[in-house]
Amino acid sequence: MSEIVLSATPAHLRHGSNIGQPLTRRDGILKVTGGARFAADNHPPGMLYAVLAVSSVARGRVAALDVAAAKAHPGIVEIMTSANKPPLALDPDAKTNPFMRRLELLQNDRVRYANQPIAVVIAETLEAATEGAALLSPRYEEEAPRVRLDAAESFVPPAVGVGHPSEAEIGDVETGLAGSLRRIEATYETPTQFHNPMEPHAIVAAWDGDALTVDTPSQGLAMAQARIAELFGIPAENVLVRSPFLGGGFGCKGLFTGPQVLGIMAARLVGRPVKLVLRREQMFGPVGHRAPTQQTLRLGTDADGALLGLSHHTRTASSTFDDFFEPASDVSHTLYASPAIRTSYEAVRLDTGTPTFMRAPGEASGSIALESAIDEMAEACGMDPLAFRLRNYAELEPISGKPFSSKALRACYAEGAERFGWKARPLRPREMRDASGLLVGWGVGTATFPALMFQGQARAVIRKDGTGIVETGAQDMGQGAWTALAQIAADGLGLSMEQMEFRSGASNLPDAGIAGGSAHTATAGMAVAGAGADAIAKLAALATGDERSALFGAGNAGVIARDGRLFRRDDESRSESYADILNRAALAEIEGRGSSAADPIAQANYAMHAHGAVFAEVKVDPELGQIRVTRLVGAFAAGRIINPRLVRSQYYGGMIWGVSFALHEHGEIDPRSGRPMNPNLGEYHVPVNADIPSIEAILVAEEDRHVNALGIKGVGEIAITGTAGAVANAVWHATGRRIRRFPITLERLTEPAPR
Amino acid sequence: MTEPSASPRPIRVSVNGVDHERTVEPRLLLSDFLRHDLGLTGTHVGCEHGVCGACTVAFDDQPVRSCLMFAVQADGHRIGTIEGMADGETLHPLQMAFWELSGLQCGFCTPGFLITARDFLARNPDPSEQEVREALSGNLCRCTGYQSIVAAVLEAARRLRQAPLAGLGKS
Ligand code: FES
Ligand code: FES
Repeated sequence: MSEIVLSATPAHLRHGSNIGQPLTRRDGILKVTGGARFAADNHPPGMLYAVLAVSSVARGRVAALDVAAAKAHPGIVEIMTSANKPPLALDPDAKTNPFMRRLELLQNDRVRYANQPIAVVIAETLEAATEGAALLSPRYEEEAPRVRLDAAESFVPPAVGVGHPSEAEIGDVETGLAGSLRRIEATYETPTQFHNPMEPHAIVAAWDGDALTVDTPSQGLAMAQARIAELFGIPAENVLVRSPFLGGGFGCKGLFTGPQVLGIMAARLVGRPVKLVLRREQMFGPVGHRAPTQQTLRLGTDADGALLGLSHHTRTASSTFDDFFEPASDVSHTLYASPAIRTSYEAVRLDTGTPTFMRAPGEASGSIALESAIDEMAEACGMDPLAFRLRNYAELEPISGKPFSSKALRACYAEGAERFGWKARPLRPREMRDASGLLVGWGVGTATFPALMFQGQARAVIRKDGTGIVETGAQDMGQGAWTALAQIAADGLGLSMEQMEFRSGASNLPDAGIAGGSAHTATAGMAVAGAGADAIAKLAALATGDERSALFGAGNAGVIARDGRLFRRDDESRSESYADILNRAALAEIEGRGSSAADPIAQANYAMHAHGAVFAEVKVDPELGQIRVTRLVGAFAAGRIINPRLVRSQYYGGMIWGVSFALHEHGEIDPRSGRPMNPNLGEYHVPVNADIPSIEAILVAEEDRHVNALGIKGVGEIAITGTAGAVANAVWHATGRRIRRFPITLERLTEPAPR
Repeated sequence: MTEPSASPRPIRVSVNGVDHERTVEPRLLLSDFLRHDLGLTGTHVGCEHGVCGACTVAFDDQPVRSCLMFAVQADGHRIGTIEGMADGETLHPLQMAFWELSGLQCGFCTPGFLITARDFLARNPDPSEQEVREALSGNLCRCTGYQSIVAAVLEAARRLRQAPLAGLGKS
């Protein structure tokens, strides 16, 4: 990006009229009329249907497939197995960077987890392909699967999450705990969870010689493009990935998955376009999950309830063949002040698919354990849980000692507590009942999520008719990128939304970075803003250097871009339209480029996180143990809010995920067969409307001058954290029972207490 | 007694007011008939076993799960899909309210919610918030937009009570 600084305050940052507006979704009309085209809605001419055959065992080898029987079925075009799959340019088990998955692409007869693809049936109709897959009647040589977190031999993983150290310590935790007046130690268990976006993974692949077009939901278009190119040994520019709409992603559409590649291989094999859509049960294996954890927390305080030591140890699991370790302990690095903190991990390898990022990876699982433990510690100190959190409020980031770039958490606690009416909460559990005799409990949890940024790029064009185009290959999985980024883009160009065309959602546009880590608005938004600023700077240079322009000589004072005109900053009566400037210069258009990345200096000096406080009320039937969340209030501070309407939706969604984590979701794996026992939306419970009360999300004002020039933190994941713990703590407050195995179900609540 | 047969058979179905004659295999699901044979891809498939509600369509004005029915069962019947919900360029008040009040995020579940809600409001034009929650509990939104979905349905109900004719789509 060329840097032409017009003045200390860039033109695009000051005078935006779009940023901050609660616009409705620009893609909303398409979505309410059925006009939004999701990947599986594409149907190129000559297209065939592919269906996966998947393994029903978790470990062993495929001994036989009845290919002849399947092939004999009318309508079957081809069966792709390890015997006839098209060649690949790269070993599917190769891993050259942490942002790729090792894939099962029929490279051999091994089965390494249940629901692993073992063949692909391609047919004229979906029905024929489905029948063909059944007719393959696989036989296996089965080995005993290892799927229990507590059974296998553990080791210390070299890193957790992406490149985070698996051990960290400040101070001396053992000394801190030994010197504590009060101590608690507790182990919490979180289950395997599956992302289950409503839209299953789907791909429509069409080859044209060595060029490939794919329609598939992707949270990382450029990564997908590069992954496909290297697997098939073709130049990246030959691969067009289109993903204008994702039907949810939550992490499982981040790294390119095996089934998506198999769809492309199938199209190559038959020389026709192919569509492959996963059945719901096939989403429980090859596309990632949140790994189970066992987390042991040890806390100690002095007589005043100030933490003296905090130890957070996580046992988790990855697959037998690839690494992803849920970084659950890391949440303890940033939330509560303690002179001594230690986080550590151990892991086992299981015969499951490889876990991956799932909405708030690490933070969600870690938060429910930490927030529960903090409550247990508060109880041991005889303190109100909110007062205890305030007593241990971290003014500096505990693990690093760095100041926070901004932290309006006190305001979140205060505004949330006020709205919820926290003051009236009795200290002891089991003291509130409603009119019908249900036990009532109130709980609080602190929410936190790092403010991340990846690298992104964008291109902006101003045309001689005064309109603009802004392009970046962003991904809208429901969070509202089409709208929020267009708002930033319009402000960057000093145009109204109507005067600007925003192009996104395809890999032939500038790389917008991945839609993950709650970093997309910051990453793509900064690139888009930069591209606009660059185009405006070039336009300004044209005008201010031209004596025929009303802006001639404004160079040092600078100009402001607004409503398709440049204004002199020191004299707004002098202005000129973009169209006039370009026409006088005889230019059809002017182009700007922008790129973004985290600022390493700011990162070195500041800890950057969004924060929040969530308050929950639950009611529990004292006989039946039935639990209902009846109130939920969250207050969140996440820097600059681009679109409060979209942000509120993200908070609501995250809070409901938090309820789901605490009370509903549980992927059950049969310890004998290694198969998921509830691979469908009927038995893998997620909340429905009737499970969720009216909820409230308060947007707490926060200005951050360090995270990035726009002041944006992320909002997509934070609300799960805090909420899950608040609900768990409310269940304790209602019942006096502390359930440490999640989800908290009625049978767990009513079974006799251990010990 | 007729022999069960796998051979294709002719059907005639009215979809969004338009008659379609096709010859289909008995094993063809209604959802796949709409999506693949008629190209009406606004009906989404999320679970294929009747749980998520994404595939909901109106079958003779009753909401049904099109993933749980065969196309041949629709022979001689009227089907209403999301593509027929608006009246030409005029959105149904539910569509309008979902859009305006952010009753959608990724939008994958949205058509199913809208078809379900339209039927619900026809039967219960002045529902309480709790009734809306109950009525829409057969539809999953993983994103999850329940708060705004309920708000949108209540708002659409209010508008429909003021202008009842606005809700006449074709099916
Ligand atoms: S796809 Fe029919 S109910 Fe889910
Ligand atoms: S809006 Fe994405 S599932 Fe409902």
